[in-house]
Amino acid sequence: MFSVSKTEYGIFILKESGDRMKKKKVYPWWFLIIPLVFYVCFFLLPSLLGVGFSFTDWSSRSAVDGTHFVGLQNYIEIFTSDENYAAGIGHTLMFTVISNIVKLIPALLLAVMLQEGLKGKGLYRTILYLPSILPFVIIGIIFRSIFNFDHGLLNMILEGLHLEFLQQKWLSDLNVVWKSIFSVDAWRGIGYCMTIFLAGLQTIPKSLYEAAEIDGANFWQRLRYVTLPMISGAVMINLVFGITYGLKAFDIVYVLTNGGPGHATELLTTYSFQMYSTGNYGMSTAMNAVLLFITAVIGIIIVKVMSKKEVQQ
Amino acid sequence: MKKKAVQLTKHIICIILCLIVIMPFYMVLINSFKPKAEAAKMTLALPTEWHFETYLEVIDDGNLIQGFLNSLTYAGIATIVGVLGCAMAAFVMARNRTKINSFLYYFIICGLFFPVNYVTLVRVLQTFQLANTKPGIIIAFISSMIPFCVFTIRNFISSIPVELDEAAVIDGCGPLTLFFRVIAPLMKPTLVTCFILQFMGIWSDFMTPLYLSNSSKLYPMTMAVYQFFGKNKNAWNAVFADIILTCIPVVIVYLIGQKYIVGGMTAGGVKE
Repeated sequence: MFSVSKTEYGIFILKESGDRMKKKKVYPWWFLIIPLVFYVCFFLLPSLLGVGFSFTDWSSRSAVDGTHFVGLQNYIEIFTSDENYAAGIGHTLMFTVISNIVKLIPALLLAVMLQEGLKGKGLYRTILYLPSILPFVIIGIIFRSIFNFDHGLLNMILEGLHLEFLQQKWLSDLNVVWKSIFSVDAWRGIGYCMTIFLAGLQTIPKSLYEAAEIDGANFWQRLRYVTLPMISGAVMINLVFGITYGLKAFDIVYVLTNGGPGHATELLTTYSFQMYSTGNYGMSTAMNAVLLFITAVIGIIIVKVMSKKEVQQ
Repeated sequence: MKKKAVQLTKHIICIILCLIVIMPFYMVLINSFKPKAEAAKMTLALPTEWHFETYLEVIDDGNLIQGFLNSLTYAGIATIVGVLGCAMAAFVMARNRTKINSFLYYFIICGLFFPVNYVTLVRVLQTFQLANTKPGIIIAFISSMIPFCVFTIRNFISSIPVELDEAAVIDGCGPLTLFFRVIAPLMKPTLVTCFILQFMGIWSDFMTPLYLSNSSKLYPMTMAVYQFFGKNKNAWNAVFADIILTCIPVVIVYLIGQKYIVGGMTAGGVKE
């Protein structure tokens, strides 16, 4: 049991000596069970098993032939085969970097612009955020119609503006297809990033800007020395969500191009699904293990930075 | 004068951006009412004749009612179990900061970064006899939301004063009463945020049902709409009607829960 004593202010506090005892009772360990069991059994275990199976020839034929250990063969295949699976790794990294740049910078500028009480700010925010709640499948289908070469809205608008020379085969021209994907991604994501920035901006006291103005700071100086340091939390959140989203991206490419034209836009995730649907489970898990490795490295760095921040406080 | 010009420029930029966001939806909506041949041109003009019956046909052909019920089952059950479970765990992790608890916290939030390995997840579900069943899909959704929920909720709990716990314990509360009667009501903003975000996330998810369901009976709305699109690539009016019907539930949830999304989404992180 724990003991209670009365302080000089007349407030009851729990005595230090009984603290440990009390904590075990008030905050029981079995509160942790549900998330831990689900997380370990259906999230972590599959990931670890995946690493294990990536060294086997597990496939749809395994029911008859059995599964055999094949060492690094799957990985050798990924990095050396003519199918150029390794390009998928490059594409995944490129997608993560570029999709974040094209979303975060405009989103930040927009948020700064909306920060100083513009009339109708709420409405603008509601509309700009809207695309990010919709399923990617739907956005993909909509943009497949918009990017259609003959009848698509985009080429028709360009025609209407007499800018025919800008018309493109948006989803089948090798030089344009990535730009199309990034535009759709930005179209969907900018409002989301902007909202996170706006929430961060709201926490900055006005007096800081007044002080900076008295000191003669211009717009960029205020952005660099007042705004950015004060919203480091929001930047961090945006980066964490953005990076993890980018590395795991699948729907957008699967629906828009399905990795095409050819294999020009395959990501690790789309390759992995392709292997899965053709029954090459071993290869599929190997692709996933490569992705797991990349995310683990990046994740460890981010968690270290975050826990350091918490300690500082 | 200069200030007014700046304000005006800002409004113009915002209006242009909003138009860019809205235009595709307008195109989808307007073309869903056109006859098939007219919709194939995908213009922004109003329909020459309005065809509302496309919607009724799509509901039948697109298997939409089944899809809607499936989506509702998956999103509803998974968010309730997941968010409440995570809230209880996050509460204990935030309050009782023993070494093992903070290890478990970082152990769980590592999952924010890891990709789910669906191939082996199918195999694990098979061992539990849950592959290609609704409970299997729900379990997959619950496990993938855990890192995010634990992360967000734990950060929020730190802002609830510990003195409340102590007062409640002195008044004779057990852990369950303490959590459900005292703490949970105070966590309402963050819990609602998690509910809404996860609900919409599951509603939009495509990858999980793509790997985990092999019969159209298990398809949620996203899979149903993709199947329908694959079968009717040239009937854009029907595809667009299907898209509108799939979007409506998410948009309603968004408009109702908007203030919680915007306010709470960042509460965990920005405060730090």
